[in-house]
Amino acid sequence: MDLGFLAQFFVNGLVLGVIYALVAVGFTLFFGVLDVIKFSHGDVLMLGAFTALATYLGLSDIGVAPGVALILVFVAGIAGMAFVGAIVCKFLVLPLRGAPQLNTLLITLMFGTVIRESVRLFYPSGSNPKPFPKLLPDNAFEFGNLTLRLDSCIIVLLGILAIIFTQLFIQKTKFGLAIRAVAQDEETARLMGVNFKTVVLLTFALGSALAAVGGISTGLYYQEINFAMGLMLGLIGFSSAVLGGLGSLYGAIAGGFLFAALQTVGAVWFAVPAYKDVFAFAVVIMLMAWRPTGLLAERNEERV
Amino acid sequence: MANFVKGHFLITILATIAGLFVYFFLHLERSWEIVLVVGLAVLTMVVSRRKNLIARAQETCLQKPKFSISVFFVAAVAIIFALRSEHFALLMLTTVLLYITVCFGLTAQFGFVGLVNFAGIAFFGIGAYTTAVLYQYAAIPDFLIILASGLVAAVIGSILILPILRTKGHYAALITIAFGVLFRTFLEVNDTLGGPQGLKVDGISVFGLSFNENINLGLLGTGSSYVTYSILALVLCLVTFVFVRRMENSWVGLNMDMVRHDEIAAASFGIHPPSWKILAFTLGNFFAGLAGSIYASMSGFIAPASFNFADSLVLVSIVLLGGLGNVFSVIPAAFLVVVLPEKLQLIQEYRLLIFGIVVILILRFKPSGIMPRGARRYYPSLGVKK
Repeated sequence: MDLGFLAQFFVNGLVLGVIYALVAVGFTLFFGVLDVIKFSHGDVLMLGAFTALATYLGLSDIGVAPGVALILVFVAGIAGMAFVGAIVCKFLVLPLRGAPQLNTLLITLMFGTVIRESVRLFYPSGSNPKPFPKLLPDNAFEFGNLTLRLDSCIIVLLGILAIIFTQLFIQKTKFGLAIRAVAQDEETARLMGVNFKTVVLLTFALGSALAAVGGISTGLYYQEINFAMGLMLGLIGFSSAVLGGLGSLYGAIAGGFLFAALQTVGAVWFAVPAYKDVFAFAVVIMLMAWRPTGLLAERNEERV
Repeated sequence: MANFVKGHFLITILATIAGLFVYFFLHLERSWEIVLVVGLAVLTMVVSRRKNLIARAQETCLQKPKFSISVFFVAAVAIIFALRSEHFALLMLTTVLLYITVCFGLTAQFGFVGLVNFAGIAFFGIGAYTTAVLYQYAAIPDFLIILASGLVAAVIGSILILPILRTKGHYAALITIAFGVLFRTFLEVNDTLGGPQGLKVDGISVFGLSFNENINLGLLGTGSSYVTYSILALVLCLVTFVFVRRMENSWVGLNMDMVRHDEIAAASFGIHPPSWKILAFTLGNFFAGLAGSIYASMSGFIAPASFNFADSLVLVSIVLLGGLGNVFSVIPAAFLVVVLPEKLQLIQEYRLLIFGIVVILILRFKPSGIMPRGARRYYPSLGVKK
């Protein structure tokens, strides 16, 4: 196996890693502010991709230029999913705060099922895979065995930008400060005049918007989307977030790339590439046994 | 004396009513009839809850456990014989009984010691695949195969013990989720185990009685081959039920409750939390494996598609919907969750959607489930003061 081939795997892994990191950052944000897992995240991602597709179809009907369409598609997906995220938080997550954590996990899982089934049943022929429009330039550069597609580079760049934007938002703005305050200690934050509910809703909107970016990127990369794609992506995003350490932004990013790396290694290593998921999840289980609270988790001891 | 007879009489009536509901639920086919039966059942539940009848019924049954179990067993056998020629109804009944068995195991794991298992269907699947492989490659008696399937599920589950003991909450949930996905993907890509096409499984045969053939029921005529399977599943379900109930009522259950409530407090009282977690986890997986084995023989064919993550979710939903930790509650919840969607052909296409919405509504408005677990009673014979 020569260098070009390995580089190809590296590039593919990088694209996957960015998408996974986008999903994982959402999980870690939700966990940070509310200590909950919102498992409908993967399906929100899928819904974001479908919203984008529907927007594109609508726009191309009235003859909008592809460049403008690309931007509008992203805007529609992001705005739509931010709204959905806030709705989920308001009606399903916040009312269950007193209940066991597991109930939140289950209710959002079920909401994910509802989204998935709704798309399958109510989107026109939604049970079939849908071709996703090629909105990015698909020029390719050949370096020996390595084919570098321009759209892959753009997707990676876009994902990294989205993550950097999130990071800056959390570190530099007042709202970000409020998010961090709530994540650290909800009661103290409330005492300091932070509007808890607004902050939580905003965080859910932000995380879900990132999922939309991830969903559209997936669509642009594979040029195909289907109603069931969210389940696996959500699981992988969750695994990445947990692997990195829930509540840690850097952990989620690292976890996303690590999971993509594991899959890539699995694909190279085994004669049957399909074993890559088996390998990746097995390693995740082993890593969890080694570091029970993730790789980059903050240390907190239990007080009695 | 009068009170004594009254108790027995009440239990018999209860079993008859429950049996009739289950019979009509399984027997009727038109959607409006099913809706009627379910509506009637819900109405009965609501009215009896108003009058505090459910608690009193449970009370009466608890005071005479052996008698109630035998009466309900007889009622179940009567249902099976009444449905003797209806393949589909019996298939469903058997599936429900096996699901109930798995959910008893899950209750032990997650109701008693607080370990959430999102890979229930994976252990069920391990049992099923073990059975398929053993039939192909080993010549051992069929009942031993069932036992071996349970053991293999328990042993494979023990790989997860170390990570599960070290992690907590969502981190532990991830481990079982990851295992469930891993198992499913592994089956799909592994050619020795049939890949996506799955494996064929021979039926059970014991002492010359082949479970896959129609059986002669004497005066009742010929019964469907599923009669034998449903009775086998019923026996397994009953044994599991008695086992889990005994465990719950004994000091073992007390220790497990303490581990769930507060591990640190439990440890400081000399209880070793990991042992109880291991016990509950292994036991639950063992039950799942046993049920999976019977399922494999019954359906004659298994494929990875039957062991999806979504099926694990269905199992967890049954346990939660019933009322976490209440062993009895699993039974009505399983009937609702498993049979209702199959029965309502009209909504067949929409059943997952409706299932999702119903679970959301229940979690949102009645999070403790349809039959919440009551407080532990240390002297069952004394009863509760009203």
